[in-house]
Amino acid sequence: MNKTKKIMAVDDSPSIRQMLSFTLKQAGYEVVEAVDGKDALAKFAAENIQMLITDLNMPNMDGITLIREIRKNSANRFMPIIMLTTESQETKRQEGKAAGASAWIVKPFKPEQLLGVVRMVLA
Amino acid sequence: MIDTFRETFREEALEILAELENSLLQLDEQPEDAEVIDRVFRALHTIKGAGAMAGFDDVADFTHDIESVYDLVRSGQIPATSDLISLTLAARDQIKTMVISSFGGEAAEPVETARIMEAFRALLPRVAAPTLEKAALPPSAGARGPEVTYRIRFRPSRELFHRGINPLGLLRELDRRGHCRIVAQTDVIPPLEELDPELCYTYWDVILTTTEDIEDIRDVFIFVESESELTIDVIDDGGLLDQDGDYKRLGEILVERGDLPAEDLQRILDEKERLGDILLERRLVDGFKIESALIEQEEIKGLRLGRQNLESVASVRVRSEKLDNLVNLIGELVTVQARLTQTAAGSRNAELEAIAEEVERLTWDLRDQVLNIRMLPIGSTFSKFKRLVRDLSSELGKNVSLVTEGAETELDKTVIERLHDPLVHLIRNCVDHGIEKPQERAAKGKASQGKVYLSASHSGATVILEVRDNGAGLNRGAIRARAVKRGLLPPEGEISDRELFKLIFLPGFSTAEKISTVSGRGVGLDVVRRVIEEMRGTVEVSSPDGEGTVFTIKLPLTLAIIDGLLVKIGAESYVFPLSAVEECIELKGEDAARSHGRNLVNLRGEIIPYIRLRDQFSVHGVPPEIEQIVVVQLASQRVGFVVDQVVGEHQTVIKSLGRMYQGVSGLSGATILGNGSVALILDLRQLLQMQEEAEDLFSEGLQQSLRQMTRS
Repeated sequence: MNKTKKIMAVDDSPSIRQMLSFTLKQAGYEVVEAVDGKDALAKFAAENIQMLITDLNMPNMDGITLIREIRKNSANRFMPIIMLTTESQETKRQEGKAAGASAWIVKPFKPEQLLGVVRMVLA
Repeated sequence: MIDTFRETFREEALEILAELENSLLQLDEQPEDAEVIDRVFRALHTIKGAGAMAGFDDVADFTHDIESVYDLVRSGQIPATSDLISLTLAARDQIKTMVISSFGGEAAEPVETARIMEAFRALLPRVAAPTLEKAALPPSAGARGPEVTYRIRFRPSRELFHRGINPLGLLRELDRRGHCRIVAQTDVIPPLEELDPELCYTYWDVILTTTEDIEDIRDVFIFVESESELTIDVIDDGGLLDQDGDYKRLGEILVERGDLPAEDLQRILDEKERLGDILLERRLVDGFKIESALIEQEEIKGLRLGRQNLESVASVRVRSEKLDNLVNLIGELVTVQARLTQTAAGSRNAELEAIAEEVERLTWDLRDQVLNIRMLPIGSTFSKFKRLVRDLSSELGKNVSLVTEGAETELDKTVIERLHDPLVHLIRNCVDHGIEKPQERAAKGKASQGKVYLSASHSGATVILEVRDNGAGLNRGAIRARAVKRGLLPPEGEISDRELFKLIFLPGFSTAEKISTVSGRGVGLDVVRRVIEEMRGTVEVSSPDGEGTVFTIKLPLTLAIIDGLLVKIGAESYVFPLSAVEECIELKGEDAARSHGRNLVNLRGEIIPYIRLRDQFSVHGVPPEIEQIVVVQLASQRVGFVVDQVVGEHQTVIKSLGRMYQGVSGLSGATILGNGSVALILDLRQLLQMQEEAEDLFSEGLQQSLRQMTRS
């Protein structure tokens, strides 16, 4: 069941991308990595993505802009999007929700927290 | 795997730190370049987030406030001054040292670290920390609390889908948290021509039974709660309150949920038809709402009945006769075990002795367990006495209350039943004779209400019951005068309080100034003593000066098995109840001769009469040169019983004598010894009575001896 789901992990930090990728693959998901919003958009068209996990602060294109661009395409209006935030970014989180984010995870997080949120959102 | 993450972070961090240095130097030349500021912020942000993820908590903590400062810089609230940039460069160096030290490098200087952190903190405005919204967490593996049942109504925003949220995922998550019943409420879905398929019209009623607390349940909805209507009610708290197996009626549930106005419910109930049918027929409540309410009713009723069954399994009613039979079998087992132990000891077979020892241990454990089954809290008896005290007070024109303690103390059921009358007598005695009338108490400066205290406690293999009052106490003068009048005490005789007070337990002894209908002609206390002693207990009375009267009863825990003292007379074995035995002394021939033919012995200055059991039981033959006197406490005096030999203590299982022997005096039962022979259990009080009847002058002899002792 999970093997049919493909998740894109977008973060400019190699170590965070590595953590996300490792955890999700262990749980049976397929993972596509992107280093920033621009890279994500470029790859998005070529892959059949069912969920997006994105950081908010990235060069070239930040997470909120990425969410807006994804939601513009009607084919992606109902795709779940999880944003990675820190506890001091309440206003950013509100912006993300307004742009169409489904849920969020506060860094630092443990693998089981990540999987718990993914499970709830990626029905 | 964590090591790989740390390796990756180290490489990443060193790259970012190098780039950060370049960005800071560039910012020093172009302080208002937004792109450069963004680059600095992002570097700090990534180091903090990735560091925390990879376990570099010191790096993450150190970077936190610096990142906050640069968040303000990029929003224009703080200028990027040369001093700030210098400080940030120093911080960058510190971070690098921290990262490298984790892989064996030199540790970062704590003083420098603290100085830098303090400097950055000073730049931040003093704002209250925002309330942290935590991400929803999977259920923790902590201790499971009691199961609670929640009623949840989740009415999401209609635009829910636009954020990519599927409500089924949230409901599925609830289902993972415990036992879940879900009903979809579809009453607000519009007709097809008005339906927007991109909107969410449905809402859900959930009945969830779980060990998680309400905050954990709410966290499932953390991503949607600001746009949704969410109510979570506790409808069953796991039996913390006293409850029967019933639950609210259908109508009550619907009103409580807001699905039905209370007035409508009342109007319908007057029609006495099935409520659900009427509600449907008149379209007052939607069918799915009724279904959901019925599910709630069904679930809670099931839970409560389940708990009742669980509680009922916790105790089983057993008829007393079954327990009595079991106790009897235990007695038989004790006997056989004693024979086994004796046989093993004589066989000099080490293995057999070991087995016998094991059987003995198991037998005593089993005995204790079985006797414990018959134990009941004495409190069941205590409760009746409050009424008794109240009625007595009323009748006597006194003001008395009863205070009880130790109601949970457990006694054998038979003992509790036989204790009732003695306790009634003692309490009567306290209220009638002990507590003064209110005016007398007032004259003495006492509270007008007197108190009777009734308490029970365990002490070893004994139960101690105490009946105490705060009345006038025993009247020493009146008791002494009464004793002299009845010839129990010479007029000038000296006697201790303990011995004096014992006299009130003699038949016919009463010092009440007038005979009242409540306590009769002083017959109560001798009956009390007799019943207690029949249960192999003792009763004493004391009266500390100015502290009222205290009756103390001591009883064995059980009546079926007693500690006995095994003795021999000729070839026969007899058992004394050990509770009555005070000591054993030798009786030499010349001592007997020196008593001028009287059966008296001088025990440390006290003259003790004794009874020769050889004579009473007509045992023939020549007694040993040195016999033994078993000194026992009976009524208010000490008496000796002469036997040939004292064998020792013996756990004695009491067997009734057969019907043919019911008329025999002096014996209260029998027991079977380890060698299979029978030992008779002595009824000491009857033996004394028989002796007294046989010697008309026994009491006279006692009185003469007392007088002689006084003169000497």
